[in-house]
Amino acid sequence: MSDVSTINAKTAQADSGYALELRDVSKKFGALEALGGINMSVRPGERRAVLGSNGAGKTTLFNCITGDFPPTTGAIRFFGEDVTAFPAQERIRRGLRRTYQISLLFNGLSVLDNVYLACRGVSRGRFSFKRPAKNDALMQTAEELVATVNLTSAIHTMVSDLSYGQQRQLEIAMALSGAPRFILFDEPAAGLSPTERTELVNILVGLPSHVGYIIIEHDMDVALRVSDMVTMMHNGRIFKEGKPAEIEEDPEVQALYLGGGHE
Amino acid sequence: MADMTSSVNLKKSRLEDVHPAYWILGIVLLVIPAFVSPFIMFQLMGWTFILGIIALSLMFLGGYGGMISMAQMALAGFAGYMIAIFGSSAIDTISQGWPWWIVIPLALFLTMLFATAIGWLAVRTEGIYTIMITLAIAAAFFYFTRQNYDLFNGFQGFNSVLPPRLFGVDWRGPYAFYYLTLFFAVGSYALVLYISRAPFGLTLQGVRDNPRRMAALGYNVTAHRVAAYAFAGLLAGIGGILLTWQSSQISPGTVGITPAIDILIIAVIGGLRHPVGAFIGAFIYVILKTFAVDILVSMGLAGERFQLLIGLGFLIIVLFSPDGVLGLWEKYRENRNRDPLTGEDRGDSRL
Repeated sequence: MSDVSTINAKTAQADSGYALELRDVSKKFGALEALGGINMSVRPGERRAVLGSNGAGKTTLFNCITGDFPPTTGAIRFFGEDVTAFPAQERIRRGLRRTYQISLLFNGLSVLDNVYLACRGVSRGRFSFKRPAKNDALMQTAEELVATVNLTSAIHTMVSDLSYGQQRQLEIAMALSGAPRFILFDEPAAGLSPTERTELVNILVGLPSHVGYIIIEHDMDVALRVSDMVTMMHNGRIFKEGKPAEIEEDPEVQALYLGGGHE
Repeated sequence: MADMTSSVNLKKSRLEDVHPAYWILGIVLLVIPAFVSPFIMFQLMGWTFILGIIALSLMFLGGYGGMISMAQMALAGFAGYMIAIFGSSAIDTISQGWPWWIVIPLALFLTMLFATAIGWLAVRTEGIYTIMITLAIAAAFFYFTRQNYDLFNGFQGFNSVLPPRLFGVDWRGPYAFYYLTLFFAVGSYALVLYISRAPFGLTLQGVRDNPRRMAALGYNVTAHRVAAYAFAGLLAGIGGILLTWQSSQISPGTVGITPAIDILIIAVIGGLRHPVGAFIGAFIYVILKTFAVDILVSMGLAGERFQLLIGLGFLIIVLFSPDGVLGLWEKYRENRNRDPLTGEDRGDSRL
């Protein structure tokens, strides 16, 4: 089992200057090419939105980056280290986190237990038979993360009893656990009320500057407010990259994604 | 000084946290030998605790890990065979006669190894396939013990497998055996309860709820599942050794398909959601198994059909509460907690 600090020390030597690099990444499901020839370089601390219609390959891209399934061809480098063949847990230990489009939480456990498990996953003692003490550092970190996403009032509530919006907030708390270096947010605002969306934007904007992320989001207002670069995808390929303002003004993007009537 | 006071207060509050029902049950279990017959001590209570420990090993895997293993009785029997083979029995051509302080740890270690091997095979499957593969292993072990005479002494098995005479006590005497089994039952129960809130237990519950997410959080899901099998193997092994001492023998009949199914029935009757369910299920099973014959005969029916009564009892409980007796209790508690006018939960959990 590899320790996070050891891994970080090793990967620092191999650092190429990019947090995430994708070179000619493709993914085929039988005859269907879900991703084709994806090249992307994201700098540390960079906040990028990936936009595209349904079926554009955005979530498949996330799954390849996190190791949920391997790409058919191409290479993925995380802080300079080739992680293409690494299982999901090894990538997580290197500081990569993600949230899911459909909440993947532990319904039989409380909010605090969920976040605690997320914190424990990237530290030692995953097999420990000893209960955490009241002043356990990881437990305190978990409590702080619960507070970050405004769930303190529901900290001991079972996840199955949370509202949908609260479950999305919990997803974010789990993604923030264990000193992440890069986070993939998969439609975090989906199904949230306007107030919850504002809270979400505040959380994303307030993340430490060294933490970069890629966000998939259909809500353009959210996506453009929380990103400094935008990548547009269509039919499994990247067809445009640029600053939020450039993308918003681009006639091709407007025709294809915004229906031409976006202002 | 202030630290000492706060530590005393903490201990006090921890004791106060224990539900009064636990205190009452504890006192009853400790003093009950003064009021009941040796038959009840040895046969009913001793057997309940033993089957409860074996069912607890299944509850740990099923309730916390979402893995229903049919091989727990085979593991218990394996531990029984190990103490017969390495320790003393009437079959002195096979039994090695080693001292108990080597035999018992060795038997438990080998049982955990066997459990790890079973886990390694079983964790690659889900749901019904886990049940099938573990049932196949249990069946294979049963036939192996029946046909192997060099090591397992075939159909006859081993008799006169007795507990060591420690501190001058005959641990197979009804009262001593009662307290011996009570000790291990309480110990196993407390250990499982404790671990359920430790990182290992929480991780297992996370794996049960969402293995894909656990992998995405940095956990090695397969390794955790296998480790859970190993720990459950330890519990089953303890139960198996006590079971062998109780009947003073171990034979293929102990590890057959029917006993393997009985353990599942016990765990399901009691309820898989809490460790106490294993002991509730074991108590109901033992009562039914012991008295069903008398009930049937008194009704003018053939006594050998007692399994029918057990089956009916199982059906009724599962029909009315898929979560077993614990599920019925939860329903009762929820109804009592609900405000009769508004239907809202009144939040009184200490019922």
